[in-house]
Amino acid sequence: MAKQMIMGNQAIALGALKAGVNLVAGYPGTPSSEIIEFISKYKSKTGTYVEWSVNEKAAAEVAAGASYAGSRTLITMKQVGLNVASDPVMCLSYVGVKGGMVIVSADDPGPISSQTEQDTRNFAQYSKLPCFDPSTPLEAYEMIQEAFELSEKYNTPVLLRPTTRVDHAYESMEFPELVPCRKPGEFEKDSKRWVIFPRSSYNNHKRIFERNEKVLPAEFSKSKWNYVGGSLPPLLSKDPLKNELRQRVVLGSSTKMRTDELCSSDPFSTTSNIAFAAGGISYCYLMEALSILGIKDIPVLKIGNPYPFPKPLAEEFLKFHEQIVVFEELDPVIEENLIKIAGYARVNCQIRGKLDGTVPEAGELSVEIIKEIIQKEALKHRERLCEAEERQSSGLSLASLRAAEPRRVQDASPAPDLPVRPPVLCAGCPHRGSFYAVKQAMKGKKTVYCGDIGCYTLGNAMPLDMTDTCLCMGADITMAQGFYHNEPDRHCFSFIGDSTFFASGITGVVNAVYNQAKQTICILDNSTTAMTGHQPHPGTGMTMMGEIVEKISIEKILEGIGVSPIIQVNPFDQKAAVEAVQKASEAPGVSAIIFKAPCIAIAQKVGWEKPHALTVNADKCIGCRKCINELGCPALSVSTKTNAKGKQLVEIDKSLCTGCSLCSQVCPVKAIE
Amino acid sequence: MSKNIIICGVGGQGTVLAAKVLSQAAISNGERVLSAETIGMAQRGGSVVSHVRIGEDVYSPLVPQGQADVLIAFEAAEAVRNIAFLKQGGSVIVNKKVVQPVTASLIGKTFDENEMISYLEKVAGKVIAVDTDQACKDLGSSKVVNMVLLGAASKTGLISKDELKAALKLLVKPEFYELNVRAIDY
Repeated sequence: MAKQMIMGNQAIALGALKAGVNLVAGYPGTPSSEIIEFISKYKSKTGTYVEWSVNEKAAAEVAAGASYAGSRTLITMKQVGLNVASDPVMCLSYVGVKGGMVIVSADDPGPISSQTEQDTRNFAQYSKLPCFDPSTPLEAYEMIQEAFELSEKYNTPVLLRPTTRVDHAYESMEFPELVPCRKPGEFEKDSKRWVIFPRSSYNNHKRIFERNEKVLPAEFSKSKWNYVGGSLPPLLSKDPLKNELRQRVVLGSSTKMRTDELCSSDPFSTTSNIAFAAGGISYCYLMEALSILGIKDIPVLKIGNPYPFPKPLAEEFLKFHEQIVVFEELDPVIEENLIKIAGYARVNCQIRGKLDGTVPEAGELSVEIIKEIIQKEALKHRERLCEAEERQSSGLSLASLRAAEPRRVQDASPAPDLPVRPPVLCAGCPHRGSFYAVKQAMKGKKTVYCGDIGCYTLGNAMPLDMTDTCLCMGADITMAQGFYHNEPDRHCFSFIGDSTFFASGITGVVNAVYNQAKQTICILDNSTTAMTGHQPHPGTGMTMMGEIVEKISIEKILEGIGVSPIIQVNPFDQKAAVEAVQKASEAPGVSAIIFKAPCIAIAQKVGWEKPHALTVNADKCIGCRKCINELGCPALSVSTKTNAKGKQLVEIDKSLCTGCSLCSQVCPVKAIE
Repeated sequence: MSKNIIICGVGGQGTVLAAKVLSQAAISNGERVLSAETIGMAQRGGSVVSHVRIGEDVYSPLVPQGQADVLIAFEAAEAVRNIAFLKQGGSVIVNKKVVQPVTASLIGKTFDENEMISYLEKVAGKVIAVDTDQACKDLGSSKVVNMVLLGAASKTGLISKDELKAALKLLVKPEFYELNVRAIDY
């Protein structure tokens, strides 16, 4: 088959399908969302069942049922989603599974689109689950297949932990032949195995400890995901495992790094006993940095299984070096493991990385950051070892190492001022109207606006400034209760999207009604899960299997819990929307407003007819900029044209304007037509 | 020899498809390709960058600074923002237009395209500035900015127009193919 560009998440999806996965469940979360979307794309060919569950906990429990029956299952989520799923996942670790279960939890160094920089590799250690950490899309494709094998071999869920730059990277690779999924398993009753009891957990804990501390470290030390590139002295040991490891260590230099020749100009020189270790995308950055610097014979320990850590391999590696610098994103997992092993095996090797400040402790790494660290280390090394000899060296000299940037464009003059571009609510986004209506209705009142996770978190931006708090999925409704019980005279509002409402909002509503809170819940219902890429949810009337189903009514759920009044309103009708807010805020208990209008990105798909784009009538516009200053719509900007009084007019970018009419409702002189 | 290309712009302009067409064209030539792009919450209105890397000698999906052979910018200010990626002697293909962000409108500020272009001309070896507004008007569609810019990029010897068109055939719906081809030839 011809090669094509395959996204990391697509590679994960294809790997799972190649492994014959029967059931896939998850909840959308950047950077993991596309995995389920790709699996859904091929489901008719493979017969795989796929669903968006209401949250990650539900997904894990759905998958557990099928895995108990012997079917292969996949659960997908992002790192914070793993917290939601942690209750069933921790128990599954002890109970185990029958059919292979892989949990993909995508980490987000940066963080680029997340609340935290938490590290799933640490969650693997905490939950005792084996973990795979891919560096590239192709590696992710192969790893997930092996993860299913491992899961069945040891009856345990297995974690696959890609990061954003693997999930969203593309690699040219062959599109595999897809075959029907495996025959679903049949559940056999065995309450000793499938009902979690204190006694069985005690026994399972012992079994898991033996597996994770003895069996898997040895197995992973021989696996192709954990290896050493670079050169090492070809010593032989009496221990056959050690010889095998050493052989792989030497082989690594030609097969993995494509660097079988020694480079005479290496700044560390062959007598150097410094080495590197890395995992995930950091390994790619490290190899790139070494390649740019022309360094070819520094050994690199690559860790593809951060838990259980491949101890025998690492111990052998440590013995050959005085110093190892570890490059990894998020937590110092490899670094701490190496320190532990060095201490336990009494190897005299200094491990450096995040803990001693050699490598930045937070955020993403990059080729540039790693290159700079290596240059600094090389300089120190050279200065220490051979200052005199250095002067005649033909290769990488001290001077060339010091001159950090050889090929970059020269900044001849100061760069012009550049615009700041934070993400904004789209032109025509209904949330803008909802926030504005609440703001207008509550002018001058003592309020708190509790926000949540979704596009509407952007309601915090100026000029709307309508998000006072944002903690985690579903926290808006419960936090508003906290504010109310603390200050009963404060008007407490919560803003939650339709998808988030189903994910983790409902429990909070029950709590509010039961505990006699007074608050107004604003459901921003745009009929989709917009921020992660428009996934369906229980309110949309369709499933990921493509079935049209009964829409689950948010209004009826609220009614059933006892919320009153529940007012549904179109946020683009500002007069009605403001009235709705006033009425709801006067209610004695828990009230709700459902602001209903489709996400502008899918509006036309759901039958909405786009009205014509609006224009500013230059004869009427007085240049007051109320539209810009109050709404902050990206289609509006200050024009270079002026009116008779010399005031700059406003203009509308026709390619962006959706004709939502909010600005024309705000305009005091009706200049927007 | 590897080739590195940076495609940058403002979310919603079509940079992702441009990166895909370029990648597909390279694959059809039998090359190995790695790429990465900005998606997620930053997709609308935010600064976006796509990296395309062609060749056996690359490791990570991101182009290191100072290593891009070509910088294709869908917006003039974004070209300036990403100029550090360009290597000495590299080429810049830039859309003249500046997209005014909300943050600027709120304080009544506008950014000037001429200032951006003249800066680029000062620091980069070769700059091709394209008036895409005019191109879109001539072609009768506002959605072909990306293909107009790829067509202009082919002038740097990066990739031929025929290779781009062949890749396009695999990636866009048949009803839009002709329009996009005209944009590449513009």
